[in-house]
Amino acid sequence: MIDREQQVLDRIDRARQRAPRVREERITMSHGAGGKATQTLVEAIFLGAFRNPLLEPLEDSASLLLGGARVALTTDSYVVSPLFFPGGDIGDLAVNGTVNDLSVTGATPLYLSAGFILEEGFPVADLTRIAESMRDAAAAAGVSVVTGDTKVVQRGKADGCYINTAGVGLLTRDVSLGVARARPGDAIIVSGPVGEHGVTIMLARGELDIEADVRSDTAPLNGLVAALLDAVPDVRAMRDATRGGVATILNEIARAAQVGVLVSEEHIPVGDEVRGACELLGIDPMYVACEGRLVAVVSADSASRAVEALRAHPLGTQAAVIGRVTDEQPGIVQLKTAFGGTRIVDLLVGDPLPRIC
Amino acid sequence: MCLGIPGEVVELHPEQPDLAKVNVSGVRRLINIGLLADDPPRPGEWVLIHVGFALSKIDQAEAAAAMEFLEGIGQAYEDEIAALRESLIELPEGTMRFVDEFRDADKAHALAARIAALCEPGRRYKFMEVCGGHTHTIYKHGLEDYLPESITLVHGPGCPVCVIPMGRVDDAIALASRPEVIMTSFGDMMRVPGSHGSFFDAKANGTDIRMVYSPLDSLKIARQNPDRRVVFMAIGFETTAPSTAMTMRRAAVEGLGNFSVFCNHVTIIPAIKAILDSPDLRLDGFIGPGHVSTVIGCRPYEFIARDYGKPVVVAGFEPLDILQSIYMLMLQLSAGRSEIENQYSRVVPWDGNVVALRAIGETMELRPYFEWRGLGFISHSALKVRPSYESMDAELLFEVPGVRVADPKACQCGEVLKGVLKPWECKVFGTACTPETPIGTCMVSPEGACAAYYNYGRMHRTRVPEATVRPATVPEADAVSEADAVSEAAR
Repeated sequence: MIDREQQVLDRIDRARQRAPRVREERITMSHGAGGKATQTLVEAIFLGAFRNPLLEPLEDSASLLLGGARVALTTDSYVVSPLFFPGGDIGDLAVNGTVNDLSVTGATPLYLSAGFILEEGFPVADLTRIAESMRDAAAAAGVSVVTGDTKVVQRGKADGCYINTAGVGLLTRDVSLGVARARPGDAIIVSGPVGEHGVTIMLARGELDIEADVRSDTAPLNGLVAALLDAVPDVRAMRDATRGGVATILNEIARAAQVGVLVSEEHIPVGDEVRGACELLGIDPMYVACEGRLVAVVSADSASRAVEALRAHPLGTQAAVIGRVTDEQPGIVQLKTAFGGTRIVDLLVGDPLPRIC
Repeated sequence: MCLGIPGEVVELHPEQPDLAKVNVSGVRRLINIGLLADDPPRPGEWVLIHVGFALSKIDQAEAAAAMEFLEGIGQAYEDEIAALRESLIELPEGTMRFVDEFRDADKAHALAARIAALCEPGRRYKFMEVCGGHTHTIYKHGLEDYLPESITLVHGPGCPVCVIPMGRVDDAIALASRPEVIMTSFGDMMRVPGSHGSFFDAKANGTDIRMVYSPLDSLKIARQNPDRRVVFMAIGFETTAPSTAMTMRRAAVEGLGNFSVFCNHVTIIPAIKAILDSPDLRLDGFIGPGHVSTVIGCRPYEFIARDYGKPVVVAGFEPLDILQSIYMLMLQLSAGRSEIENQYSRVVPWDGNVVALRAIGETMELRPYFEWRGLGFISHSALKVRPSYESMDAELLFEVPGVRVADPKACQCGEVLKGVLKPWECKVFGTACTPETPIGTCMVSPEGACAAYYNYGRMHRTRVPEATVRPATVPEADAVSEADAVSEAAR
């Protein structure tokens, strides 16, 4: 190790710690991709404006005390294109996504709101189909849609149909979850194969002309979470791996808990077809979105019990320990490649892009 | 330097003989096999795919021979044998994917031991991997950890995105900003900074720039938008140029009047020559580019051995490919030889792809000179659209500003591209210049030496790399803020 090189690297680490600042003059697609640009935008602009202790943990939902009850509250907007894709549509996505944001904070999801922004000219038949699939998804997850809103905008001002859902749930369990609770030695678990939703959407857009039998993994995770918490009440943290994929969650853990994360490439479950599509396009499945997968941090002692509990549930049959929390290189996620090398898994700046080199 | 994926041909298109369906891990796509017209692949054969085109057939016999060598490499080392036996890969007929087989850590240790045994005490070795794809593999798999300290790998200029000068990005954005134009581009270009932002920024300002996987996708967009003019931002070395050429031919056949090409294709040999003639770099040999060589073959490198006395080994992109090619370079050096050898014979034919070269020759011609980012102007180092295809030359069809923009002062991409500086020795590396706010192109592409080092290399510091040829200036502790100011100014 050359001292000069170490000095440079230390300087980089310090630079990485600095307060976030949005440098761009305008919003670009990167700001919505869930990676570094999103994180910077949220921290610099929204956290800057709204800062309060309930918001600050930036968990998937906020935990509130309301008249003696512990309540979880979350919201999410859905702008997926195409609206209908193999394995689901924007309707079940809008229900499942919000149910999952509540579930991974340990809450039992109960009620949802649904706001629709519709483009002039949007087929009523499609809207009916979306509403019906929301109804079915809500029934499957055991939640009700109890309030809503509809707005119509002029043709060209929206892409067919956008949906926002908010959800409340009860925090009845005596658990305290949070990515900041990860401790060196803990095991990191993923509940199933990664990247299926993201690859399905990319292919369903049809621009890539790639055929594959992949389906979105969109699913409500409350049952799976309950099974996990029943078996392992002292789970330290859970996140559902949506935009930015598993890699982004791992970075959130490393940053919030100021720990290192070391995962092993060969243990991360990836379906053959997802791997094939990612290879063709030159993207890394670790950064591709899921809509029905969670990442859990549990103590080393509980790891095998947690994996057993997940595998016993239909949505977690391929759950696996993918790595562990370390006390080295706080804030940094490292991946041990199948070849034996180690590399850094950083947050992506924006969406993973198809590349030629 | 260019992503090439092995895929198995499943079926040929019943109506269009230049299309075939390939299978990559259960994922299927129609690809163009026109570049293999001399010897079209049959179902069951494997091809190397690049941007929707099959560049070469994968030679199963050569692949098996390569495996045989790798299987045998460890056997002289008794302590390795046990590990090797365990790792021996059974290769039942037809299941080889030409990827995972070349990622075996035990075999890598055996190769590393052989490489170390060839090092003469006290001698230092410096090899350049010309191609960014190799740089990527080296960092991604931590290959430097396997090499003895006396061997240094120097990262070369073979990243097509990294060598595009800022002025060309500005020109492209000026073109794309015309209301009638739809610009199509590979994803790689989207974040490359011009002097007033990147394609992404231009897109946010309302410019119609669309990402494509293959240049052929631009034709589809042109057909769907007959009242617009589609300009393809063509970048890349000889690996990618044939795909652009075939796309131009197809547009001509179809009589598509609204498709044109903003040609930024570059050629690798003049860049290697520029590096060899550069006084501040002394190299012992080259790890030759793999996928470029599928097109140009191995002969164009002969001058390197003949005139400069340096060995070249054309290498594949899996970790064992690279270690094996370093081993082959060491064998040459220890025997006092300097020859051109082909480690990647399963993909690279010695004579290249004649059909592809013909397609380039028919549609494009050499420019008298072209500016390379960081390297300056190099004679005959790039391609332009040939006059016979002038109706598809965006530089003639539209007014292109053609501004020359000096690289930001703080940016030392040139030194990094020539291998004179290690990425971390650049003044702005990792502070003002990061993957999210790149100043230099080396930080943009995942193949760029800086991005590769930033993402992958920072953890591989157990081994002391040899100090580079000239002492690097270490920025002062407060250079962070200074560097910030520089990056603001550069923006």
